[in-house]
Amino acid sequence: MGAENMNRNETMSKKVRNLLLAMLVQVPAVVLADPTGQALAFTCAGCHGTDGSSVGPSSPSIAAMDPEVFIDAMQAYKRDERNSTIMNRIAKGYRDEQIKGMAWYFAKQKMAPAPQAFDPKLAEAGAKLHEKYCEKCHEKGGRPGDAGTLAGQWMPYLNFTMEDFMSGHRDYPRKMKRKVDAAVEAGGDEALRALLHYYASKQ
Amino acid sequence: MNKINRRDFIRLAVGTTLAGGTLGFPGLLLAASPKVVVVGGGVGGCTAAKYLRKLDPRIEVTLIETKNAYTSCFMSNEVLSGDRTLASITFDYEGLKRHGVKIVIDRVSAIDPVNRQVATEGGERFGYDACVVSPGVDFKWEAIEGYDVEVAEEIPHAWFAGPQTSLLRRQIESMPEGGTVAIVAPPDPFKCPPGPYERASQIAMYCKHHKPRAKILILDPKEAFSKQGLFRQGWTQLYGFGTDNSMIEWIGGAGGGKVESLDPSTRTLQAEVEAFKADVINIIPPQKAGKVAFTSDLVDGDWCPVNKMTFESSRHPNVYVLGDASNAAKMPKSAYAANTQAKVAAAAIIARFNGQDPGDPTFTNTCYSILGEEHGISVAAVYALDKGTNTIEPVKESGGLSPMDASPAQRKREVTYAHSWFQNLISDMMG
Repeated sequence: MGAENMNRNETMSKKVRNLLLAMLVQVPAVVLADPTGQALAFTCAGCHGTDGSSVGPSSPSIAAMDPEVFIDAMQAYKRDERNSTIMNRIAKGYRDEQIKGMAWYFAKQKMAPAPQAFDPKLAEAGAKLHEKYCEKCHEKGGRPGDAGTLAGQWMPYLNFTMEDFMSGHRDYPRKMKRKVDAAVEAGGDEALRALLHYYASKQ
Repeated sequence: MNKINRRDFIRLAVGTTLAGGTLGFPGLLLAASPKVVVVGGGVGGCTAAKYLRKLDPRIEVTLIETKNAYTSCFMSNEVLSGDRTLASITFDYEGLKRHGVKIVIDRVSAIDPVNRQVATEGGERFGYDACVVSPGVDFKWEAIEGYDVEVAEEIPHAWFAGPQTSLLRRQIESMPEGGTVAIVAPPDPFKCPPGPYERASQIAMYCKHHKPRAKILILDPKEAFSKQGLFRQGWTQLYGFGTDNSMIEWIGGAGGGKVESLDPSTRTLQAEVEAFKADVINIIPPQKAGKVAFTSDLVDGDWCPVNKMTFESSRHPNVYVLGDASNAAKMPKSAYAANTQAKVAAAAIIARFNGQDPGDPTFTNTCYSILGEEHGISVAAVYALDKGTNTIEPVKESGGLSPMDASPAQRKREVTYAHSWFQNLISDMMG
């Protein structure tokens, strides 16, 4: 099977999966009164920006997030499995189908990348590291996709996230740890900063 | 509005309804561009205006506000510490204009719910299909003897951000080295429940560097206050709270903290048990709904009752009261609360224009307080409406306070999230 076919298959299976997820949302909640996904998503704007594009300086943009990534994140917060300051308390206020409704609302929004300062030299070094160690999962330079959004995300937030992964305060996927370790070995102490500046440069 | 006074205006208007007006909305279904007039350019009013246009650009939205720029009360305590300038919390209405909202700078005298008109002191009248009223709070000036609008020019309340905030800041800066600042906290309910205590923290943050022997005394009629445990813990860590050398002292109701009168000439506060003299006095008076809520017959007691499904006034149809002025129990009077209430009202107004039932409402509150340069705390809640009791209840097992004994790194993160909350809230309401 050629690479092109494989891509097409992946796209197809993703479409099927998205369709299934969308159908789950549309099954009406039996008797429970229920606000729409849009109404629920509107309440997030005070911290994550109108329609999920945060104006910073540190709360992350959640617009255009892959619905599965959104749901995983909310469920992890709900179960206190991911370090947070406030999101664990908020996530506990929503039922599973409400979280799905919000996920779909944000998936449909366009993310406005964060306008933030970055060091072009570091960003250049980061671009190379990204291509080699991160692009396979965080595709298209870390644009919203199957893995968390990195491109145009607020730098302080990505910094907190990496601190949490590395200090054991967030579930660190083995594959990711291997790649981050390799990037740090190749790029030295500046490797992570370089990556963050690269993502900040994607505006 | 020249020949009849405001009360007559309302009386005449209400009289007309009783005389035989029928209320119905079928006409609205046909209107090409229904009109909404928004009274008040704070969080509730701005958010409603923006979201009405966002959800249905056919709606003509006119927002009437007395000032040509908005100065936010949230983050205004940070001006007192010198951490922020007043300019950094002041915003014009250009963003709303870009969303197609018409901005009128004038003062609303009263709303006529029968003829569906808003009258201004400038002599204009604006017809509406729905009216959103978000006037914020007003003070009960009579509550503390010796304190009134004029005295407030010398002894600030600083509870509406602006010149009052600058005045308090200047007084703190020029007070003697070992001076005392007295903050008179209000009884419940009032806007921004953690505000007086964050204020004490921000003043302490300034004094710690510039007047280390200063004292900040909070005189409080209440027995307890918002985020109390977290404030006390933060003050203990940062300002020696609980020791003889504490920079901050809190005197609650049981300790005689209720202030009865002020002698401005000697800067002396008479509380229930003893008198307190201070170099700088900040009085935050007891509160009630903003003036226009009273002139427009929207109150029951101090606040405006609403149907919490839509935030439509329980007293007059087609009028929606948002934010601090409404009785939105059990939500606090906060910026974030007003922001989410406005979206519920906007959606309900549009549903009505389309002849549909309103959707089920959902509300959130998030509120940050900054106690020191690297010390932030928060409270959060997700709410749902109990339709049976018309009460907005927190969803069980959710929300609550930042954990006690959180690490310094977590407290530091909450400061930067507080700044994000501020910027995103401003941008969401008027950007």
